[in-house]
Amino acid sequence: MKKKENSKTLKRILLSIRQYKLGVGSSLILAFITVALTLYVPILIGQGVDLIIAPGKVDFSGLSAILGKILAAVAVTALSQWMMNHINNRITYRVVMDIRTQAFNRLEVLPISYLDSHSSGDIISRVITDIDQFSEGLLMGFTQLFTGIMTILGTLLFMLSINPLITIVVVVLTPLSLVVASFIAKKTYTMFHHQSETRGQLTGLVDEMLGNLKVVQAFGRGEEIQKDFEEINNRLAGYSLKATFFSSITNPATRFVNSIVYAAVGLAGSYAAIRGLISVGQLTSFLSYANQYTKPFNEISGVVTELQNALASAARVFALIDEEALPEDKPDALDLKQATGKVDLCHVDFSYNPENKLIENLNLQVEPGQRVAIVGPTGCGKTTVINLLMRFYDVNSGSVKVDGMDIRNITRKSLRANYGMVLQETWLKSGTIRENIAYGRPDASLEEVIQAAKEAHAHSFIRKMPQGYDTVIGEDGGNLSQGQKQLLCIARVMLCLPPMLILDEATSSIDTRTEIRIQKAFAKMMEGRTSFIVAHRLSTIKEADVILVMESGHIVEQGKHQELLEKGGFYAKLYNSQFAVSM
Amino acid sequence: MKRLLGYMKAYRKESIIAPLFKMLEASFELFVPLVVASMIDVGIRNRDVSYILKMGGLLALLAVIGIACSLTAQYFAARSAIGTGTALRNDLFAHINRLSYSEIDTIGTSTLITRMTSDINTVQNGVNMVLRLFLRSPFVVFGAMIMAFTVDFKGALVFACAIPLLSAVVFGILLISMPLYKKVQKQLDKVTLSTRENLLGVRVIRAFNRQESERARFAGENDLLVKLQIFVGKIAALLNPVTYVVINCAIVVLIWVGAKQVDAGILSQGKVVALVNYMSQILVELIKLANLIILISKAMASMNRVDSVFEITPSITESVRAGEGRPAKSPAAEKGGVSKVRFDHVTFTYKGAKEPSLTDISFSASAGETIGIIGGTGSGKSTLVNLIPRFYDVTDGAVLIDGADVREKKLDSLRNAIGVVPQKAVLFKGSLRDNMKWGREEAADEEIYRALETAQAREFVEEKKRGLDLLVSQGGHNLSGGQRQRLTIARALVRRPEILIMDDSASALDFATDARLRQAIKRDTENMTVFIVSQRAATIKNADKILVLDDGRLAGAGTHKELLETCQVYQEICLSQLSKEEVQ
Repeated sequence: MKKKENSKTLKRILLSIRQYKLGVGSSLILAFITVALTLYVPILIGQGVDLIIAPGKVDFSGLSAILGKILAAVAVTALSQWMMNHINNRITYRVVMDIRTQAFNRLEVLPISYLDSHSSGDIISRVITDIDQFSEGLLMGFTQLFTGIMTILGTLLFMLSINPLITIVVVVLTPLSLVVASFIAKKTYTMFHHQSETRGQLTGLVDEMLGNLKVVQAFGRGEEIQKDFEEINNRLAGYSLKATFFSSITNPATRFVNSIVYAAVGLAGSYAAIRGLISVGQLTSFLSYANQYTKPFNEISGVVTELQNALASAARVFALIDEEALPEDKPDALDLKQATGKVDLCHVDFSYNPENKLIENLNLQVEPGQRVAIVGPTGCGKTTVINLLMRFYDVNSGSVKVDGMDIRNITRKSLRANYGMVLQETWLKSGTIRENIAYGRPDASLEEVIQAAKEAHAHSFIRKMPQGYDTVIGEDGGNLSQGQKQLLCIARVMLCLPPMLILDEATSSIDTRTEIRIQKAFAKMMEGRTSFIVAHRLSTIKEADVILVMESGHIVEQGKHQELLEKGGFYAKLYNSQFAVSM
Repeated sequence: MKRLLGYMKAYRKESIIAPLFKMLEASFELFVPLVVASMIDVGIRNRDVSYILKMGGLLALLAVIGIACSLTAQYFAARSAIGTGTALRNDLFAHINRLSYSEIDTIGTSTLITRMTSDINTVQNGVNMVLRLFLRSPFVVFGAMIMAFTVDFKGALVFACAIPLLSAVVFGILLISMPLYKKVQKQLDKVTLSTRENLLGVRVIRAFNRQESERARFAGENDLLVKLQIFVGKIAALLNPVTYVVINCAIVVLIWVGAKQVDAGILSQGKVVALVNYMSQILVELIKLANLIILISKAMASMNRVDSVFEITPSITESVRAGEGRPAKSPAAEKGGVSKVRFDHVTFTYKGAKEPSLTDISFSASAGETIGIIGGTGSGKSTLVNLIPRFYDVTDGAVLIDGADVREKKLDSLRNAIGVVPQKAVLFKGSLRDNMKWGREEAADEEIYRALETAQAREFVEEKKRGLDLLVSQGGHNLSGGQRQRLTIARALVRRPEILIMDDSASALDFATDARLRQAIKRDTENMTVFIVSQRAATIKNADKILVLDDGRLAGAGTHKELLETCQVYQEICLSQLSKEEVQ
């Protein structure tokens, strides 16, 4: 099972290398040249040594010719080796780049439900650390596998040409080291797998805790978290120690086999020399070949263990890439140009998981230009309705329609372009204020950006910042207050002017005076536009054309503020409750 | 570097044994050419088969000793490296935990994550390889050189020239590539940042249809990373061929010099072979060393990055005089003479900001009082309450609790007495019980339920039917915003704090729940001093004292009634939210 998975991963890797055929080809040719010359040099050296026999019996002119040849060979070898290394580097990093890009692009098309339910730290660990790990292994594989195999084949030929008998000794003994290596590799794969997995958990914890360090500190939880961290870290250390040690056995073990081979060659060679079957110079070359022949086995076995590590990491990356993406837009999906803003929800059923029914048989008709307020106790499904409108989630049954068209028949892109959304959770990207405001319309001019900021009443505080609109805000908004972040999010939507608006507690952290001014701006902007507003503040809700009162996934009441109050139902109860009790 | 050595000290035994055994192994390896030389010179020349067999046996014995030494070395090297890496990771995490808010604001999470993971991994690998090879390789190189001198002085002079030349090449490349590797890691930070932002902002990105440009941005960062990697790779790739050229030139010279010596009758043929063998051994070692050098320069670049985090000192530290000498409740406080919390002409400016966020704020709050804080967006409300648990230090003036400056209190005891409900409702992956125990580790289930009840969260928790075993996913995404807020309030209440700070923490609650919540808090927290930051006038209307902030200054302080008469800003706020009757 594991083996099958393993070879599948390997096949995927080879497949991603395939497009660099040309590079791989030239790398192979260069490897061939390098190896052939590297092997030729010992022959030359052997020949040279044979010319140095005894005092007075040295052929200097012959020797200088040979030495000249050695120098030339060395120069060519060095050049081709460098080029080969460079090409290998290029291929490896390009392959890794492709895979990393694939992994990232997958993040952009994964269903939100996947991202909601997986630890972001673990995903980061896959995209960053695992791919890094994989690139190390791949690079080693490239640089050493090719030359290794070439060297083995080459030395074999050269040795055969000198003395077939002794060659057999070498050939029979050496593969022992591969047997040893593959045995060890099998043992280590599991350890490497555990290692990557635990590393993912560790990154998960680090991501969650460092991302919310302020809360951690406010509660003085440093020590407890440190304990959790150390627990995972120690587990990681255990796996790492095993993985590192077992994989590092390979090298001494194969070297041991090689030393034995060397001793055997020495013995057999000397014996042959006594018999006069080979010269001393040939024996020298032979010994040096024996050394060179066994070295790649050594390296290959090293690569094999490194590859185990790479494969374990690659498998995690591929698992992410293979995660099922959102279904593509239907081929005949329509491009919604400028929606009129008619929205219908028909018999909508939805739940995040099958056990907990959330929304059942929800029906709603919204006419173009209507302002719809959604109220209800927390957890009644308001935000879920928004998830469905934006098609972050698809309905389980029933349908959501815009301008009479089922939104599943509309391209996601054009659907979302028709909505402007401000959420309670403010997200800003690291970059300048201007970039953030122009996020929905990157081509907007500075004047337009300032205009939007003014409408969102963000202009005055932006002006006070060190570099005004070019101030860079750090990860997660840096020093901005929650309310200021919300103002920026509002400015972001103000700039886009979409036909439909979704405001989910968009002004919850903004003071009410500013809020009223923003609402005026919104009101102007929303004229003729359909809007959905989730809010608790009455000022926002009172003016709505329709108020939907939701309770546990159902719409229990529907109407205008005054009507609902007069009806004396759930809404009236909600509304009056705020005055009934006071501190 | 110094820090790393400090960590390795804890594994002194391992760190010494590993290279020692490697050297032992290497020194046995050095005998191999000698043995082979005598095989040729003695065995073959004298046609002595039994001598050759004896020498062959010696070679095998050397191999056995070699593997034994090597295995010992590998084991201890791995232990030392992983031990060091693990300790480094633990301490870095602890160190980051000690940093204060103003440092956290400036560093950024993504780079901390890469430093914590990728960089420390690289250091760990580096230590492992260094222990295995760093002593061994130079030892073999110099050992081979010394052995060469014992064989023939003139021939060995070639070694003495070649080796310094090689060292120069190796260190040259190390010096050039190290800063480049640092750049690579920095670029990796950006790739991490891009990934992380996309995970956190997925809804906004999709709502604005920015997937394409995010993809392009990531591709850009990724491309730059690869370009840097290839560039530094190109330089590092020089190492092997250059070594190869230098060594082989040395061999050529060696043969020539050897030939002359043999011609003159000073040297035997076998000894020339031995000299050439030593040179080849040096080549093999140097090639290993070259790969090691690349690893080392990567590891050093990473260690520097880790070091620079360690070098950030938390700006908020306990003063030397800090002690629990002052009781949490001084006698004076009980008499009501000293206020629970007092701000004395406090001014505060954020690091790198042009203007102060708070200017000359003074007020006091007695035990059991409820203080409401209201004001415009960015007027400094959150900043003000963040000064009480000393998340930031005041720039000027002082914050006093029970009459003592917060800077003179122990941080632990200070923060233990305060329950904070942050503006961002954050929960952590784990069970609800785990989350609630953040407030107080030893809290019993019963106490937790009581806190949940006060926070108006008991009802929905019970509806979920899992009780305190309810699983909370990362960030609390399986709960609604309002549910999360109520749980964060409960979490602070579990602590039974003397001071409760609610930083606009009911903003996602519907008004009925909000009202019930305030009532419950009033009922259940008699002696608690409560600070409520809010946008809603209704929420703070009945507070014992209301602070009105306007652009970092105190625009008014007093009860609702007083402020309505005296404070214009407050009037405006109230009128914008409540009807005339409600205001009265």
